[in-house]
Amino acid sequence: MTAGTLVYVEHHDGEPTKDSLGVLAKAASLGGDLAAVVAGPDVRGLAEGLGAHGAQTVFVADDEQLEAPLPQPRVDVLAPLVEERGFENVLFAASVLTADVAAGLSARLDAGLNWDLTDVEARDGGLVGTRPALGDSVIVVAGWSSTPRLALFRTGAFEPGEGGGGTAEVEDVSVELEDFSTRTTMLEQAHEERSGPSIEDADVVVAGGRGLGEAGNFSLLEDLAKALGGAVAATRAVVDAGWYPYSAQVGQTGRVVSPKLYLACGISGAIQHKVGMQSSGTIVAINKDPNAPIFEYADLAVVGDLHEIVPKLTEAVRARTGS
Amino acid sequence: MKILVCVKEVPDAAAPKRIDPQTKRLDRGGEGVLNEFDAHALEEGLRLKETSGDGEVVALTMGPERAAATLRKALAMGADRAVLVSDGALAGSDLVATGKALAKALEREQPDLVLVGQQGGDSDGAVLWAALADRLRLPLVSQAASLEVADGKARSKRQTEYGYDVLEAPLPAVVAVSDAINEPRYPSLKGIMGAKKKPQETLSLGDLGVEAGEVGEIGSRTTVEALGDPPKRGEAQRLEDEGGDAADKIVTYLEERKLI
Repeated sequence: MTAGTLVYVEHHDGEPTKDSLGVLAKAASLGGDLAAVVAGPDVRGLAEGLGAHGAQTVFVADDEQLEAPLPQPRVDVLAPLVEERGFENVLFAASVLTADVAAGLSARLDAGLNWDLTDVEARDGGLVGTRPALGDSVIVVAGWSSTPRLALFRTGAFEPGEGGGGTAEVEDVSVELEDFSTRTTMLEQAHEERSGPSIEDADVVVAGGRGLGEAGNFSLLEDLAKALGGAVAATRAVVDAGWYPYSAQVGQTGRVVSPKLYLACGISGAIQHKVGMQSSGTIVAINKDPNAPIFEYADLAVVGDLHEIVPKLTEAVRARTGS
Repeated sequence: MKILVCVKEVPDAAAPKRIDPQTKRLDRGGEGVLNEFDAHALEEGLRLKETSGDGEVVALTMGPERAAATLRKALAMGADRAVLVSDGALAGSDLVATGKALAKALEREQPDLVLVGQQGGDSDGAVLWAALADRLRLPLVSQAASLEVADGKARSKRQTEYGYDVLEAPLPAVVAVSDAINEPRYPSLKGIMGAKKKPQETLSLGDLGVEAGEVGEIGSRTTVEALGDPPKRGEAQRLEDEGGDAADKIVTYLEERKLI
């Protein structure tokens, strides 16, 4: 039995992120009182919708000062909320923003933070988390020795629920920011145009590496991803080479994804890449090199030329799905 | 401008790593190396000093006495001096405990800019900088793929899931750099020879005014309860593209698993 859990719900383009809803669904399954918190201007509508995902109370920090996605003002919002309401657990779906919010909150409250968790369960009145470590070669069962317990969960750790729950009570929280928290400012935001889902949200990810040969060949993967309703990802090597944007980078220094299907095309599969995608449901790898390391952890290892296979695969998928 | 670069000694990435089943801590018995992500932070510090024409670059680490070897690598790359926070009571420190000790060391130095690498190559942790910024009450920029310092302000491109944001913070500030920001230099022979003559200081908890009970396992707020093996993946099915029928076979495979 877990009492008093707060889930930080991140939003983008007016919608809660899929991973935030996943963490909310997991938190609901742990039992006990469950609240969510949303920070930013004009988030009330979004907040009301979280009741359907299991939140009994949704705290809203509706303030223009929270417009830019910067972590420090969010720590100022969370710290008094967690302290005054006595939340025992504060859970985050990991992202560039929330990792900084969680770590800042850990310092502010001297609260233990476990990161990179793929699961959590209630045990002996507390929580224990699961963290694959050392390139996922060992599973660490992580605990906390005091409250509040802070946790960051890996992308794709949990699926969002159906959203058929009840309604939440929405409560405003005051926003009083520390001077140092407002000193970092955002001058400009350049977001890539994207059609279709993000690599974190997609059920199917089609990823390309050096084996593509040149940047222009990413169009082969884009066609296949479109036919499958998926998103295109890239390895560190090709992002560094300028073939594809960083936001699509999967691996140790990029995103960690766990789609239902991961199609790796022309990717050798170094450990740095492996840690970013190995928790995918099914891994299909296409590579010319029969000894490519990725074949050691693929479910279907296809030895062949991706330039031949991928266009045919796209056609075959289109023929099946009529897309 | 005084630039302080936080670095960490990590086990050699090429060597197999293990967690000691007794202490449940990472076995650091093998040879330690400079965390490759921190080399990018150090390179950026050196670059800023070189472009501005003056300033000081200080490498700071926390670890056992042998971590002095990793600091010498930082000095060989070009840092002006090095500070090692070392005390037996620090062993087993988590984020809360590590943050407390390092923040004290940083307060003592009063730098204009604190640089940190993107993550620990051993722990995969990407959390230290935000904890330090909060303890020091300094503005923070993370995931910086570029960094320019002018008129007392640090301007960076922050890489995010959606593209990038241009962020600006007045100094003093904490900036965590991405590994896309630069290519770290190799130490020159002259640098390696000169490193031994550069000032290196070791600080104990007493020097920092930190109580032993605030750090180490006692001062930590997280625990390792148990260790286990990851679930094994099943044996891979292998498929050769003979006669150009691989695409159809892949579709059949995916259909059988209801993936399309």
